[in-house]
Amino acid sequence: MKSAVHPARKSPDFRALVEDAAAHLYVWALKDIPQDLRDALADARDRETSVSGKRVLEIIHRNVEIADSQSNLVCQDTGIAVYTCRVGEHFPLHPARIYEALRDGTARATLEHPLRSNTVHTLTRENTGPNVGHRVPIVHWEFIPDWDGLDVKCVPKGSGSENMSFLKMCVPADGVKGIKQFVLESIVGAGGKPCPPGIVGVGIGGSADYAMYLAKEAIARPVGTHNPDPEVAKLEDELYGLLNETGIGPMGLGGDVTVLSCHVEHADTHMTLNPVAVNYQCWAARRASARVAADGSVEYDRDA
Amino acid sequence: MRELTFPITDPQDVLDLRAGDEVLVQGHIIGIRDRTQIRIFDQGVEPPMNLSGAFLLHTAPGVRKVGEGKYEPVSIGTTTSARMVRFTEPLGRDYGVRAICGKGGFPDEAIEPLRTYGMVYFAIVGGAAALETTQIEEIEEVAWEDLMPECLWKFRVKDFGPLIVGIDAHGNSVFHDVQESAKKKLEEIYARL
Repeated sequence: MKSAVHPARKSPDFRALVEDAAAHLYVWALKDIPQDLRDALADARDRETSVSGKRVLEIIHRNVEIADSQSNLVCQDTGIAVYTCRVGEHFPLHPARIYEALRDGTARATLEHPLRSNTVHTLTRENTGPNVGHRVPIVHWEFIPDWDGLDVKCVPKGSGSENMSFLKMCVPADGVKGIKQFVLESIVGAGGKPCPPGIVGVGIGGSADYAMYLAKEAIARPVGTHNPDPEVAKLEDELYGLLNETGIGPMGLGGDVTVLSCHVEHADTHMTLNPVAVNYQCWAARRASARVAADGSVEYDRDA
Repeated sequence: MRELTFPITDPQDVLDLRAGDEVLVQGHIIGIRDRTQIRIFDQGVEPPMNLSGAFLLHTAPGVRKVGEGKYEPVSIGTTTSARMVRFTEPLGRDYGVRAICGKGGFPDEAIEPLRTYGMVYFAIVGGAAALETTQIEEIEEVAWEDLMPECLWKFRVKDFGPLIVGIDAHGNSVFHDVQESAKKKLEEIYARL
């Protein structure tokens, strides 16, 4: 589903456009979960056989319907605002200003709605403002040559699932088996805490920090997508099957559906490294995307 | 499905519940979270609400201020219980709390205090805040507003749930059983990797 906002005739104010887009994306992501996720949750409800698990999935379904009909938030945890930007080489606004616009859009949405403000100083635990603070929101950047557009994806990340993040520096001799074991033990250990059934993101290769970033990138992918590398895609399917054999089930109460999807992102690595990172995304896997074109038009895209 | 009204006056109401039962809750529930309990137990500040027979909900609600000390719900949902497990024993022993409700399960260290003090842990569906908010009729009281949103909240509820008894007052824990069987399953999976 796509909707477009067309520019005024005079030269567009890109700083304002991006701020508006961020404010819209943040609230939109919190209220209206993507179709791929809705389909996966409906499928889960139909195939779950445990009594408690089925009940949980029915309640989730009712909850999503109520959020739609009342235009309310799906979950009260408005998360920590995470954005991914793909910036074209010729996009008219510099990333330094894009960052400001994302920060101000996040703050404005928080105050105007109002949304719960979650951001605190990590030592004093004092609130630092309307979901903004030192280095918050968190923005990841990718720069695209020979392009003049901007893609922004907003992923408000809830703490229940973010707390279930794990990193292991496996050694090369642990092989792929070590990767699989670590993902499995992480998800079993997490139990009901990250609000299963959700999306398991796995980052492999790179360095310790980059593996964790890749795991985050993986949870932000639509359910049902695969890594383009066939070897990695095979690992995704295998892990998905194995994770659902564990019986953790919806909300950790036992059942057939522990995860809706398992996504793996990879980077090449050092010959003596074998990092594996796990990042969990809850069933309310919120995300929303927009594309800002160089003519100032903004296209909101539910499926990205 | 059973119905219970909180605060309970007859401890038997809670003792009759068994792990896996589904329950609908009426009456009043108390919202509580990490910082609220740190203030009570680590800083030794007496809570300005009666917790005897109470149902505690692990929450930090999204609210809109509508007057001095008066709030209306925007989005009220439930947070991960496991972070707060160490407060279970003093809540039962010192304050007579009878039910704790949250999401994500309660670790095994809660089993013994829940049995000793005749309490239960209710599992709610995490993330289902849109639904939960419709079951909150009113925010009747709030204390410790300086901890916003981790204040001490008193909600009047109607048909709150359905909740699933995750741990009963007799030592049975759904979460313990699920973990045990998952660990066995892992052994089996590892053997064929």
